[in-house]
Amino acid sequence: MSFLSHLISGISLGSIYAIIALGYTMVYGIAKMLNFAHGDVIMVGGYMCFCATVYLGWPSIAGVALAVVVCTLLGVVIERLAYKPLRQAPALAVLITAIGVSYFLQNAALLIWGSSTKSFTSVVGGSPISLFDGQLTIAPVTIVTVVICVVIMVALTLFTNKSKAGTAMRAVSEDKGAAQLMGINVNTTISLTFAIGSGLAAIAGVLLCSAYPTLMPTTGSMPGIKAFTAAVFGGIGSIPGAFVGGILLGIIEIFAGAYISTQLSNAIVFAVLIIVLLVKPDGLLGKHISEKV
Amino acid sequence: MKKSLSMLLAGAMLVSVLAGCGGNTSSSSETGSTDESTASGTAFKVGGTAPLTGTAAIYGNAVKNGAELAAEEINAEGGDIQFEVVFEDDENNTEKAVSAYNALKDEGIQLSLGAVTSKPGEAIAPLLEEDHIFALTPSASSPANIENNDVVFQMCFSDPNQGLASADYIADQQLGTKIGIIYKSDDVYSTGILEQFKAEAQTKGLEIVAEESFMDGMDTDFSVQLNACKSAGADLLFLPIYYTPASLILTQANQMGYAPKFFGVDGMDGILTVENFDTALAEGVMLLTPFNADATDEATVNFVTKYEEKYDETPNQFAADAYDCMYAYKLALETAGCTPDMSASDLCDAMIETFPTITFTGLTGDGAGITWDSDGAVSKSPKGMIIENGAYVGMD
Repeated sequence: MSFLSHLISGISLGSIYAIIALGYTMVYGIAKMLNFAHGDVIMVGGYMCFCATVYLGWPSIAGVALAVVVCTLLGVVIERLAYKPLRQAPALAVLITAIGVSYFLQNAALLIWGSSTKSFTSVVGGSPISLFDGQLTIAPVTIVTVVICVVIMVALTLFTNKSKAGTAMRAVSEDKGAAQLMGINVNTTISLTFAIGSGLAAIAGVLLCSAYPTLMPTTGSMPGIKAFTAAVFGGIGSIPGAFVGGILLGIIEIFAGAYISTQLSNAIVFAVLIIVLLVKPDGLLGKHISEKV
Repeated sequence: MKKSLSMLLAGAMLVSVLAGCGGNTSSSSETGSTDESTASGTAFKVGGTAPLTGTAAIYGNAVKNGAELAAEEINAEGGDIQFEVVFEDDENNTEKAVSAYNALKDEGIQLSLGAVTSKPGEAIAPLLEEDHIFALTPSASSPANIENNDVVFQMCFSDPNQGLASADYIADQQLGTKIGIIYKSDDVYSTGILEQFKAEAQTKGLEIVAEESFMDGMDTDFSVQLNACKSAGADLLFLPIYYTPASLILTQANQMGYAPKFFGVDGMDGILTVENFDTALAEGVMLLTPFNADATDEATVNFVTKYEEKYDETPNQFAADAYDCMYAYKLALETAGCTPDMSASDLCDAMIETFPTITFTGLTGDGAGITWDSDGAVSKSPKGMIIENGAYVGMD
């Protein structure tokens, strides 16, 4: 029975990693850049929802909506101000800029909300579901997280494969220059990618804070790094890969903690990543694109 | 030719840089010595480092408020002993604590309040020893704060004592039979309490069924630890940790539908003041603390009323410990006949000699008074509290 409850904890944690990893992978797949500020957009989403529900007394659904709107705008603004001027610059410059944006967001949050921890009220109410005479309990937020994660994954896959904007995204991802010649507005497409990625970050932030109800300016950094790992694990740029990578990472982390050692669980997670990358350098579901000479 | 020229230039630069360094060090040591000699004034300058921001900010601000309130009262009496209190932020971080301590030294403190939390306290203890500045820490409770040095004394009971007292309390009051423990493995405070608790639990016949740990950076998800305690059938969880992770443990245990008794130590103090924390979750949580804001004796009532008036919140034990520190300093300085124009080093000698001889009556001791041994450890007894209707109530 404890195996089942660990499995549920793992899937719950993994679904949150997966939602964050979907944002990473979208931006990487299309704009070909690692947006290290993604984890901090999550934190902003958490604070927005916290402010709306606690300070303004809004219902939680309105809080989530506000978080999504603010983060979407924030994502677009970050892209316009920090990344767009560097479109022609080497990838390393963009990477450093992203780290800078990450620190900027953390410190701005420190100034605005202070550094003391805030306790987040879960947006998912209801009492835990008890099975097998209370031996197994499932928190409602776990179920909601898993469902939302699957819905987002399916919706994103459909969007990129079926819609016109999604087709444009894939075209930009394959060749920016050729896409532009075909009449696709590359800048708008990349902005749209950031908007979607940041909107997802807001949802991830709210779910993260609901499952682990604490909020401080560094809330997003560790999950951000883990989710990035998950995205690489599953094959960065691949939407189903991010989902599989996130869930697996969550399960490995919880199982390593439960059956080996809580002290070593992070080390084990990263060891597994190294092994996977040694065997399959493109990640579990990554596509290997061979360079034509 | 060009090469030799560049070598020459480089050499010249190196010399000038070295000269600059030398000049700087000599001038800074000069200002240091002048500071010491001009530290004389009408008041004793007392300084401490405290986490005024960050995850332990509730402790730091409580200590600052408590110490300032006491200094204000003492100064208002207009006696020979007057205090000037300064604090620097250490964010509960060892590196920042060292710079905060250096800043205090530059400001010319004569007596120190050490650090508020254990890890920063251990970082600055050797510096206090080296500079020969006396410190009375309100709340840095790990034994390493007072071991291996002569100058640091504690106002709080030490960690092993808390572990001992907790195990005794749980056994004597028959609070639980199967004990689960969740502790923080990279924090001396937590491990110090744990070791003594385990030793005493064994002699008292308490059964420890689960012993789970977590670390910095992995302190948001407690599902593994709680599941282990739950499946081991623990009916009481002992939490020798600070209030921030404790608040998460309470929330997550509730989400899991796991409701054992929770027993904390002084680090649990502050849990009711976490912003937006659902205090209903803390109902029935027990903790050991030397101070009860609901006590009806005159000193406590006076302190609580003034504190609430000034800071608009109920004081916790950290505020009370800091308040006691200032009055203990007053008593010791009076006993030793010290004057504010004495240097930090002379004051340090006087305090080391005086503290083990005095008996101090304050907010955080019982009727017998508070005494110190020559190592700097305090003797006073913790009180058991239980949280009822969002407030501490004495358990005895």
